[in-house]
Amino acid sequence: MEKILSPEIDNIEKTNIDKANADRYVQLENVDMTFSTKKGDFNALKNINLSIKEGEFISIIGHSGCGKSTVLNLIAGLTQPTEGLLFCAGRNIAGPGPERAVVFQNHSLLPWLSCYENVYLAVERVFGSSADESESKAQLKARTEAALELVGLTHATDKRPNEISGGMKQRVGIARALAMEPKVLLLDEPFGALDALTRANLQDELMKIMAKTGCTAVMVTHDVDEAILLSDRVVMMTNGPSAGIGEILDVNLPRPRARLALAEDKDYNHLRSEVLRFLYERHAKKAA
Amino acid sequence: MSATSISKESLKAIMQSKETVVSKGAAMADTEKVVIAEVAKTEVAKDVTKKSSALLSNKPSKRKAQIYSVLNVVLPPVFGILLLLAVWTLISHQSPNLPGPLKTWYSAIELFSDPFYVNGPNDQGVGWNILASLQRVALGFGLAALVGIPLGFIIGRFEFMSRMTSPIISLLRPVSPLAWLPIGLLVFKAANPAAIWVIFISAIWPMIINTSVGVSKVPQDYMNVAKVLNLSEWKIVTKILFPFVLPYMMTGVRLSIGVAWLVIVAAEMLTGGVGIGFWVWDEWNNLNVEHIIIAIFVVGIVGLLLEFALTQIAKKFSYE
Repeated sequence: MEKILSPEIDNIEKTNIDKANADRYVQLENVDMTFSTKKGDFNALKNINLSIKEGEFISIIGHSGCGKSTVLNLIAGLTQPTEGLLFCAGRNIAGPGPERAVVFQNHSLLPWLSCYENVYLAVERVFGSSADESESKAQLKARTEAALELVGLTHATDKRPNEISGGMKQRVGIARALAMEPKVLLLDEPFGALDALTRANLQDELMKIMAKTGCTAVMVTHDVDEAILLSDRVVMMTNGPSAGIGEILDVNLPRPRARLALAEDKDYNHLRSEVLRFLYERHAKKAA
Repeated sequence: MSATSISKESLKAIMQSKETVVSKGAAMADTEKVVIAEVAKTEVAKDVTKKSSALLSNKPSKRKAQIYSVLNVVLPPVFGILLLLAVWTLISHQSPNLPGPLKTWYSAIELFSDPFYVNGPNDQGVGWNILASLQRVALGFGLAALVGIPLGFIIGRFEFMSRMTSPIISLLRPVSPLAWLPIGLLVFKAANPAAIWVIFISAIWPMIINTSVGVSKVPQDYMNVAKVLNLSEWKIVTKILFPFVLPYMMTGVRLSIGVAWLVIVAAEMLTGGVGIGFWVWDEWNNLNVEHIIIAIFVVGIVGLLLEFALTQIAKKFSYE
């Protein structure tokens, strides 16, 4: 955590304030979420409290229907909580915004735009339309190309989403989110629809990209290995209705992490069994 | 051992003769026979021969299959048309006032030999009449598109507008187009604008409804993207709504042009002037039944062409 704070700051007091802010970069305070459905009110989340540090990678794991994605949508600002408050970088989250970019589960690329145009749409909005400091077309183009290069898709810029594979689509989705230079990257089961090999590949890529950008990230997943491999902390959620945070597991494995080495690592396997025990013993989901 | 070597040789022979078969083409059947005779001498390779002769005889059977598939496409419609002509002939024999296909055909040749003559305002060639009708349809339909498509977007985009307009649309949509004609005559005090008005009012509903349905079906995922990117309303319309809605819109446009072309004949019968509908009525007054039948075919063919043109345009705009 300390690595991102610049050591040149002499003023200790200022450092402390910054540090306090950085420790609570994304903050959820007593968040309740109730959906009104035809069958009456459904209390999805109850009393969620979570602080996410700047630069931290958090995974939210839990059985399906436990409200993982709802937590993510709340941080994204796509839904508003019935109770409680959410903050990002000290500001109340009132709605969606480009500083909290989302990578959607089903990539959500616009099928009539090429990969380049899909990314450019985001870049243009964030960097090209602010009245005071909008960037030139060439700068926007460079940003778009850089984002596509970051995910290794320079060769497919002019292809449409239906012309590329599922893994490549998700790469474009990640490029689109990262091109916005978000404060927080929100990933909603980003690799859930991919096959195991592609998934492993993209997880490694994402790890490298996150190390490069130092971006704060929240990822929803139901894959235990994915959660431990990528995260600094794993948030385990209890089952709904009225789901809450059951436990938070610190993942103190050194970075950079290598998939193969970890497979035989004692700590890794211990953490893995911790999560599995939580999911399948203490909070096992009753057979549907 | 020897069996395999012989069969290899015979295979070679087959391959070579196969090449000649391909190059000669017409002499195919003959060479095939020769090949089979040659190979039959080497008794050991009997099953190889069978397989290869099957391979060779594949060529003519492929051609047969091609002919069959072409016939399969062409024959049923031809039979259908012949059946129609037969029924028509039969009826015309029973009812002497109805001209048969042959009589109509001669009349059509005569008619279309000079489609663009003008003998005063009420006696013009059939070409002018068709063009006059098409012009009215184009005007009424164009105005309907100009109003209906944006209206559909607004209705689909805003729940309030949808609920506001829904009773009006449900009430007015089932009204027969011709019921609007007196209103048009009253307001515009002329026949031609009244006919265009009828086209307008009957063509507008499919465009409003299909466009608004398309807009309301835009996947939530795309709208979430728009929300996260904080896109402006203009960008949402041009980059997300419009491309998504286009296929729905084109369906509406196709339905509309169909309705418009249906309605123009009836409207012109009532308003008079120049137009295919009026022409039908005029020929009825002259008791020229051949011309009425020709008009029916003309209206059908023009409608078919309009539909075909719009389908082609719709295909161009599809993003898939």
